[in-house]
Amino acid sequence: MTRDEIKDLVLEIIEDIDEDADFDALDPAEPLRDQLDLDSMDFLDIVMELRKRHQLQIPEEDYPQLATLNSCVDYLEPLLKDA
Amino acid sequence: MNQNTRVVITGVGLAAPNADNLHDFRDKAIRGINETTEIELRYFGKAPAGICTFPETKYRKKKDNKRGTRAGCLGVYCTYEALNDAGLDIDYYDRSKIGVYIGLTEHGTVETENEVYNIKQYDYDTKYWTHHHNPRTVLNNPAGEITMSLGITGPHYSIGAACAAGNASLIQGVQMLRLGEVDMAIAGGISECVGSFGIFASFKAQNALGYDEDPRLACKPFDMSRNGIIISEGACVYTLETLDKALERGAKIYGEIVGYAMNSDAKDFVLPFWERQAECMELALQRAGLKAEDIDLVNTHATGTKSGDIEECKAVKRVFGNSSSTYINNTKSIIGHAMGAAGVLELAANLGSFDDGIIHPTINITELDPECALNNLVINTAKQVDAVDTILNNSFGMVGINSTLVVKKYKG
Repeated sequence: MTRDEIKDLVLEIIEDIDEDADFDALDPAEPLRDQLDLDSMDFLDIVMELRKRHQLQIPEEDYPQLATLNSCVDYLEPLLKDA
Repeated sequence: MNQNTRVVITGVGLAAPNADNLHDFRDKAIRGINETTEIELRYFGKAPAGICTFPETKYRKKKDNKRGTRAGCLGVYCTYEALNDAGLDIDYYDRSKIGVYIGLTEHGTVETENEVYNIKQYDYDTKYWTHHHNPRTVLNNPAGEITMSLGITGPHYSIGAACAAGNASLIQGVQMLRLGEVDMAIAGGISECVGSFGIFASFKAQNALGYDEDPRLACKPFDMSRNGIIISEGACVYTLETLDKALERGAKIYGEIVGYAMNSDAKDFVLPFWERQAECMELALQRAGLKAEDIDLVNTHATGTKSGDIEECKAVKRVFGNSSSTYINNTKSIIGHAMGAAGVLELAANLGSFDDGIIHPTINITELDPECALNNLVINTAKQVDAVDTILNNSFGMVGINSTLVVKKYKG
C-alpha cells in the first residue's frame, strides 16, 4: 500500500468508529486523540481492525507509534508494503 | 431508615413497541393498538416480536450507541425523557445523591451471541474477540451507561429479577430513598431480548413461544387459543422523589408507591405458582394498609401461556374474588412481553387511569378461557369508570420470583 492508501485506511477505520469524526482540520503531525473524540477503547478498535483487515498483530509496546496520522503511516508502511 | 418517607413518581420515560412517549403509549393502550411485528433472527428464523422505534441519537451520539449496548441505548433515551417529563435538571439534586436502579431479566446474551457469530469468520480464533465484550456484558451495563451519559456519580446497579425486574427496580428505588442513601432515584426496567435467537429458541423448546399469522394478534392472555409468550423489546424509566421534595419544587405527581412485596415460589424453574403469587399481592396490600376492595385496578402479569395465565387467575380470584369494585386488565395483550421492562411499562400504561378513569382493555380475546374468567376483566374495549385511585401491578418471573406494586393517586 502507498502512504496515501495507508492514510486513507486509518481514516476509514476511524470513520467506522465515529462517523461524525471531522477530518477537515486534522493535523497529521498531532496526536489523533487530542483532535478527535477517541479514547483508549477506540484505539483498541483501530488495532483490532488492522488485525481483521490485514492480519497485523501490533504488539502493545508499539502502540505509541500509532499516536498521530503521520506516525501511523510511518509505522504501517513497511508492514503493509505487500498489501 | 424512615418507613414513613413517602415516595412518588414524578417523571416517566419509555420506549415500547407501539410508542416512544407516555402520551402516545397511554392513547394506544386505551385504544388497544398493538404494533407487534415480525422479526427474523439468525439460526432461528421468523417470529412475532415487539420492536421499539425511538429517536436513538436524540440524547447520545451514534458512536456511543455503537460502543454500548442496545439496553444502554434504550436506558439513556428513557432516562433523559423521564427527567424532561419530571421537569428536572440533572443538577437539581446533588449528582452523588442520585441512584440508578435498572431491572433486567438478563443481560449479555445478545452481545455474547453476536460476538460468537462475529468470530466464526475467523475460525473462532479468540484473537478477534472484541475488547468491548466485558464492558458490554457486565450486569450493571445499562445502568452504568445511564450514569456515564448524565454524569451521575451516585450508586448504579442492575437488578436481576427475571420478568419481575421492572417492579423490583422501583422497590429498590423506594427503599434507597427511605434509607436516605439517595435523594432521587432513577428506576426502571429494560429489555433487549429480541436481539437474542437463543431466548426465542429456548421459549420455543419449552413450547411457550406464541404465534399467530398476524403478529398483532399473537399475544392473547386469557383467550382459549393463547399459545405462548410474544417477546418484546422495551424500556421504561421513572424518576422517584420523596413526596416532600416533589412538593417543594412543585412537581407533577403521577402517583405514590404505597405498597410493595416480593417473594419466591421455591418450587419450579419455569412454572409459576398461584399461592405464592396470592401471598405476594396480600403482603403488598398489607404494607399499603389497604384491603382488596380498596384496589380499583389490577394489572395482571399474564403472558399468554396456557398454565401461567390460569395460575395468576387463581391467585387474583383468591385475593380479589370478593371485591366487586376491582377492575382487571392486561397490558401484554397490547405490547407483548417486555421482560425486564414489563412491570414498569405496564404500570406506565395504566398510570393515566388516575386522571381519566379509563381502564385500558385486554385485547385479542375471542373466546375467554373459563378458567381465566375473572370478575370485572376489561375485555377488548376500554371501560370508563367513576374513578381509579389505586393500581396493583403484578410482575412475575422464572425460577419462581413474584413482585407486586401498589400505587395510589396523590390527592394532596
